[in-house]
Amino acid sequence: MSNDTNNNPSLKESATFDRATMAEIRRAANTGIYDIRGFGAKRKVPHFDDLLFLGASMSRYPLEGYRETCNTSVVLGDRFAKKPIKLDIPVTIAGMSFGALSANAKEALGRGASMVGTSTTTGDGGMTPEERGQSSKLVYQYLPSRYGMNPDDLRKADAIEVVLGQGAKPGGGGMLLGQKITDRVAQMRNLPKGIDQRSACRHPDWTGPDDLAIKIQELREITDWEVPIYIKVGATRTYYDVKLAVKAGADVIVVDGMQGGTAATQDVFIEHVGIPTMAAIPQAVQALQEMGMHRKVQLIVSGGIRNGADVAKCMALGADAVAIGTAALVALGCNDPKWDDEFKKIGSAAGYYDDYQEGKDPAGISTQDPELMKRLDPVDAGRRLANYLRVLTLEAQTLARACGKNDLRNLEPEDLVALTVESAAMARVPLAGTSWIPGQKF
Amino acid sequence: MCGIVGLYLKNDKFENSLGELFEPMLISMTDRGPDSAGFAIYGDEVGEGWVKLTLRHPDEDYRWEELSDNLSASLGCEIKWMQNANVVVLKINTNESSARRALAELDSDVLILSAGSSIEILKEVGLPENIASKFNLSGMKGSHIIGHTRMATESAVTMEGSHPFSTGSDLCLVHNGSLSNHNRLRDTLKREGITFETENDSEVAAGYLTWRLNQGDSLKVALENALKDLDGFFTFTIGTKDGFAVMRDPIACKPAVLAETDDYVAMASEYQALVSLPGIENAKVWEPEPATFYVWERK
Amino acid sequence: MMTVDLAAQSVRDLNKALHECKENITEKEWVVTNPKGNHNIAVGLDAEISVDIHGHAGYFCAGMNKTANVTVHGNVGQGVAENMMSGVVRVKGDASQAAGATAQGGLLVIEGNAGARCGISMKGVDIVVKGSIGHMSCFMGQSGSLVVCGDAGEALGDSLYEVHIYVKGSVKSLGADCIEKDMRSEHIAELKGLLEKAGVDENPLDFKRYGSARQLYTFKVDNASAY
Repeated sequence: MSNDTNNNPSLKESATFDRATMAEIRRAANTGIYDIRGFGAKRKVPHFDDLLFLGASMSRYPLEGYRETCNTSVVLGDRFAKKPIKLDIPVTIAGMSFGALSANAKEALGRGASMVGTSTTTGDGGMTPEERGQSSKLVYQYLPSRYGMNPDDLRKADAIEVVLGQGAKPGGGGMLLGQKITDRVAQMRNLPKGIDQRSACRHPDWTGPDDLAIKIQELREITDWEVPIYIKVGATRTYYDVKLAVKAGADVIVVDGMQGGTAATQDVFIEHVGIPTMAAIPQAVQALQEMGMHRKVQLIVSGGIRNGADVAKCMALGADAVAIGTAALVALGCNDPKWDDEFKKIGSAAGYYDDYQEGKDPAGISTQDPELMKRLDPVDAGRRLANYLRVLTLEAQTLARACGKNDLRNLEPEDLVALTVESAAMARVPLAGTSWIPGQKF
Repeated sequence: MCGIVGLYLKNDKFENSLGELFEPMLISMTDRGPDSAGFAIYGDEVGEGWVKLTLRHPDEDYRWEELSDNLSASLGCEIKWMQNANVVVLKINTNESSARRALAELDSDVLILSAGSSIEILKEVGLPENIASKFNLSGMKGSHIIGHTRMATESAVTMEGSHPFSTGSDLCLVHNGSLSNHNRLRDTLKREGITFETENDSEVAAGYLTWRLNQGDSLKVALENALKDLDGFFTFTIGTKDGFAVMRDPIACKPAVLAETDDYVAMASEYQALVSLPGIENAKVWEPEPATFYVWERK
Repeated sequence: MMTVDLAAQSVRDLNKALHECKENITEKEWVVTNPKGNHNIAVGLDAEISVDIHGHAGYFCAGMNKTANVTVHGNVGQGVAENMMSGVVRVKGDASQAAGATAQGGLLVIEGNAGARCGISMKGVDIVVKGSIGHMSCFMGQSGSLVVCGDAGEALGDSLYEVHIYVKGSVKSLGADCIEKDMRSEHIAELKGLLEKAGVDENPLDFKRYGSARQLYTFKVDNASAY
């Protein structure tokens, strides 16, 4: 470790009380408040790296790369909506708020997503004109706090996402600390400037799936049944939650695994609540299949998606599309080493920065500081995001073709094997070289 | 997550049309609970020294007459029985514990849905309108009735997991909400000798009340204890021999509306379940307070 | 005057017709009959029209209202006028919980009682209740005014931001960070205006004012027990 000051090999560090643990105890003792930070889970959890594809050879035939087509488009929300969303690629941008992110960052997300024909999503804090203007397909989040919730914006949206929770903090509300509540953010959220904003964990006017069914009807009535209604949940009791989302009338279900990021929440929440994305997908798909709704109600999964292999693995496990948040921010320039000196000045380092709540992001992304914000050129950053999204798609197509698929959604769990017993059990695919799926008969 | 409806008659004016008045109430809650439905109806009371049981058997072609004859022989007493679809109501000239013991010896697969002197519990998987029609709800008579439509949250969609749950002699419970400490509580209650058929959270609430009442609590004290020991969200309606009780948790997010006229008290998750009742336009309509219980009983 | 009978037409038909008034007001006065507790009646309106609902309405009646004037001659279910932006919503009977939740503007008048969480997370609306309100009302209320001519239930104004609360009757208990404040002349004037606007005949001097102590606005370790 870079901060290792101990060169004496006879000194032994405790695995239980390691230096990071002790530093946290001292921090808690000094401040009396839990650690709040951004970013997703940093602990290692079973992830898609533990899955491998079975490329075609003799028993199956691969498709020729770049010549034989492999479809990547997907239609979302054709269960009830008159105007479902058609995405050219199955990778969407997850909800991130203006407030948590700068206006330039939101604009860049819209630009990048639009260039490759996919959607982006608002966040807790409402819709900005920059964002609507730059996003050809924009999903409007409907959150417990209802900050910036406006029926005009609702009617401008291409889809509505009712947020029950997110992977970083299922069961918890949000928070935006005073440093980021600038005049514009305060005005959009009807709050006094500079205070710590607390977001509720439950919606104010309904509780539970029976009442949610009525709320969804209201949103459909207001938008004249035109746009799809998504329901987003943090991955925990995913099997039940997905079944209830279908019963409540969702067109699309978004399941966000525990690796999913956040702008600010308690570290204990980020690291200790929820289940890994890989474990959530089979539960969600099982629920949809049992109801005869797989592919009819589309499934979007998010939480720790980084490359085209992750995308293809999600699709193989049964997702219709994925959403990215943290990876999109990195593509824009989050944690870029070119700002390393500045990260060090605020006690962090490039690649480690997670204090989004402080609003001092040297990369100009998770900030409302006008000077820092200028560092992010929305046009240039948007292009980087578009490039990255194209790479994700090309990589996923490469793997799908190698498995002989002319459509990403034709990937199946049977195209996968697992490297570890844990991942085999969670993803419900066999351990590589065996027919053994832990917990299932064979 | 569900719909609850209840109708308690304050006099005999509507006794012959109880089922007819209640059927649209139950059906109007279909959106809240499309998975299963059920109701507990009180009426046709047996006399002193008799017990009334509602029974069913996993085998749809079960020979009830044979069971009745064997039961009569083994108990050495008179039995009257009537069948309603796949459910049977037995009236036995003995006490409840003897009847239960004899039944268990004859056929342990027979399920006792309710026991008492007046209560009958009928429930099934499927849409409320189908269940109402299956059991001919609209033709039923009685003094009061509570019903439930279920949107299953975590436990399986089965007849056993449907409401109402029997909680003791002439007692039953329906629940809207989601309990959060029912698993540990179920373990505790099992050690106290309460048996459970399902993994359902509402069944634990029912089992809890059964246990409290067995311990000698009055219904009022049992409910007060329930407020302390049950965590999570709930609106309960509890059927008693002479009436019913309604209670919401201290947070009181799950809906409940009450209506009262000179002739009846009605309870529902949503007002729309009450609109077909006679004289509802002029009824007193209000919502129950959190952590407060309301009881109506015939004197 | 246009009458829509919900025994003959669906709520969807009604809302569609009302939404069409945004582009072209064909009829300024609408009457809805036989609402029978149906949900989502007259939601998402955005036109200078008046809608009179004769009977009881279900959840989210007049939700997200803009500009329009909606009157319910009966009771309403959960979340009446939720997230209202402007206009007037008047309930002649009682309202269930979460009346005026997150509403940002306009005037909500409830002539009967309102249930729990009245004005939860309100963001600029003015709410006047002639009767009493239930527990946890004005929870996390951000801005606007809440006037209660009867009594208030437990935990009034918990985690309050900047809503002005005026209560004539008793308050069962105040929520965290909500305190009684002085009625200064500007508050009496504000309350007088609100009562007049709502058409409620009460003397502003009979009311007490409640507001945020602003102790939870930024985290202080000594307040940890209040979280």
